[in-house]
Amino acid sequence: MRFYYFHLMPYADVDLEAVKAAGTSWVRLSNSNYDPVKGAKLYNRYLDEMERAEELGFDGVGVNEHHQTAYGMMPSPIVTASALARRTKRVKICILGSALPLRTHPLTVAEEHAMIDNITEGRLITGFVRGIGAEYHIFGVDPTESHERFHEAHELIIRAWTEPGPFEFFGKHYRHRYVNCWPRPYQQPHPPVWIPSQGSQETIDFAAHPDRKYTYLHTFSPTVAVAKYMNMYRERAEEYGYTASPDQLGWAVPIYVGDTDAKAVSEAKLHFENFRNIFAKMPIEYLLPPGYTSRESMKRVIAAKQSMFADLTLEAAMEHGMMICGSAATVRDQLVDYQKDLGFRNLLTLLQFGTLPADLTSANAERFARDVMPSLREVGEEAMPAAASA
Amino acid sequence: MAGPDTFKATTVAVRDCTVTMLRGGAGAPLLYLHGANGAGRTMPFMEALAERYDVIVPEHPGFGGSDEPDWLDNIHDVAYFYLDFLETMELTGVHLVGMSLGGWIALELAVRSTARLKTLTLAGPAGLHVNGLATGDPYSWSPEETMRQAFHDPKIAEAAIAAFPENVEADDTFLKNRSTFAKLGWDPRLHDPHLKKWLHRIDLPTRIVWGENDKFLSADYAVEFAKLIPDSQVTTIPECGHLLHVEKPAEFVSAINAHIEASHSEASHSEASAS
Repeated sequence: MRFYYFHLMPYADVDLEAVKAAGTSWVRLSNSNYDPVKGAKLYNRYLDEMERAEELGFDGVGVNEHHQTAYGMMPSPIVTASALARRTKRVKICILGSALPLRTHPLTVAEEHAMIDNITEGRLITGFVRGIGAEYHIFGVDPTESHERFHEAHELIIRAWTEPGPFEFFGKHYRHRYVNCWPRPYQQPHPPVWIPSQGSQETIDFAAHPDRKYTYLHTFSPTVAVAKYMNMYRERAEEYGYTASPDQLGWAVPIYVGDTDAKAVSEAKLHFENFRNIFAKMPIEYLLPPGYTSRESMKRVIAAKQSMFADLTLEAAMEHGMMICGSAATVRDQLVDYQKDLGFRNLLTLLQFGTLPADLTSANAERFARDVMPSLREVGEEAMPAAASA
Repeated sequence: MAGPDTFKATTVAVRDCTVTMLRGGAGAPLLYLHGANGAGRTMPFMEALAERYDVIVPEHPGFGGSDEPDWLDNIHDVAYFYLDFLETMELTGVHLVGMSLGGWIALELAVRSTARLKTLTLAGPAGLHVNGLATGDPYSWSPEETMRQAFHDPKIAEAAIAAFPENVEADDTFLKNRSTFAKLGWDPRLHDPHLKKWLHRIDLPTRIVWGENDKFLSADYAVEFAKLIPDSQVTTIPECGHLLHVEKPAEFVSAINAHIEASHSEASHSEASAS
């Protein structure tokens, strides 16, 4: 297994009552609730936590993009990744991902990611996402064009990285008389691409395609859903005529390691529930604006509305594998089992979540790195194709 | 006398796109362009209009039972579609009535050609943006909230909510209509920044009807449209929200009738003075 320290950078000092009153931390929670003095401290604390991950032996650090919300203070993952690029020396820097359809000129994504890949001499892992529904409300991008814009922007970026310029690109949404990306990416033909998702057939078909073989990263879901989509990826690869490597699969999950099972639960409970039930909460109209996803998926979500939008306790989340929480031995055993069941190689640990303060976050990361990670390193590696595991 | 059987469901193929429509009554043709909630069922204001006119209520491409053509990307596509529609149906001397989103389509159509039109009635049309005038955000509202914002009288809103099918958000027509509504109006938000440059081209007697208490688009928009459309007059309906065809159908129908009658007498008057 490979281990990544994934951070959402929540504005943990938010007045939780203000979020509850707004009903969501997205779109309409006024930025008058953001205190720059507190925010500055949080930015530096979180960057310290990610830099420390390198010393602790993680393989990479992961950042992502969310806009106008207390859920995450990273409207630009490019800024976070840039801050980490020169302060780290070894770890992969994973941008998971840049929200392509929200950009007016996705060529700027190609340029910015290529810069980071050059500065880090090839330590960038690129990720592409569509951006969540709330962000279509914020940017005014038509959600019914989301898929089209994603695919067109993706094609533009990959071609900008791999084809000698200048060349023309005239799409429906993006039009450039001259595509000529300076700098070219350091890694050839281009940095590895990961596709974070909460699961859809369309995303799997796209990521698993033999022209791409992008790593599919399933985020924050019950393990039954994770298993379903990882199996779907492997089956799709077989249909495409190849066997998917475990390296093509990743799982992002919050983890808390305590001294004992009971202490872990008591330390994590409030902060996890704040993450899930306050920071992440949004009305269905924000999550799924019209046309953002197919009508059939929309219907499936609405059918599952009760469970998806209801509050979740830490205990229920643990039962469904949406959170791994316990002593080092418990966490280790569960991860061994999950790896066996799910067959992924890349584990994205969310070791800070919601309001989890600095002391508990660093204790969690230290215990995970010292007492869990080493014994899991070789787990599942036997399934790696010889060349790739080298 | 118009009754429950006045309207017949029918379809028409306009090039590659088949649309469903309701048609009923007799007289001069009156084409009604529906708003974001779609059409597809006979409503009291339609029956009242059918007493005087040949009322034609199509479902726009991408709505209800109509096709979702690949070429449908924006409001201009719908406007050109309706120019084709008028030709295919061989309609002339048409009284065009557009509600909300349909009012915007009517405006986009009329700036392109009024050759087949006789009068224009707009009910709380979208299509224009003026900084500082109050607008709601229907894309952020749940179906229930939408109803509460749509009417001045909360009793009408609650009755509309009570009549929702179970799990209305998962209803096929609801999802289809909402998706097309987003395609046409999400960006730029329910207006075309270029439309105002060309509203002077509308050479039709135009009536702008607005609910005084409209929370989708403030009634101040009526004044702004009236400044831009040459031969236009405003009728404000008191104690009425955005969906005025539902909340105040009698007032809406009287405004249409009065407008069409006034344009007739005006037309015969000017013909008489010309001779």
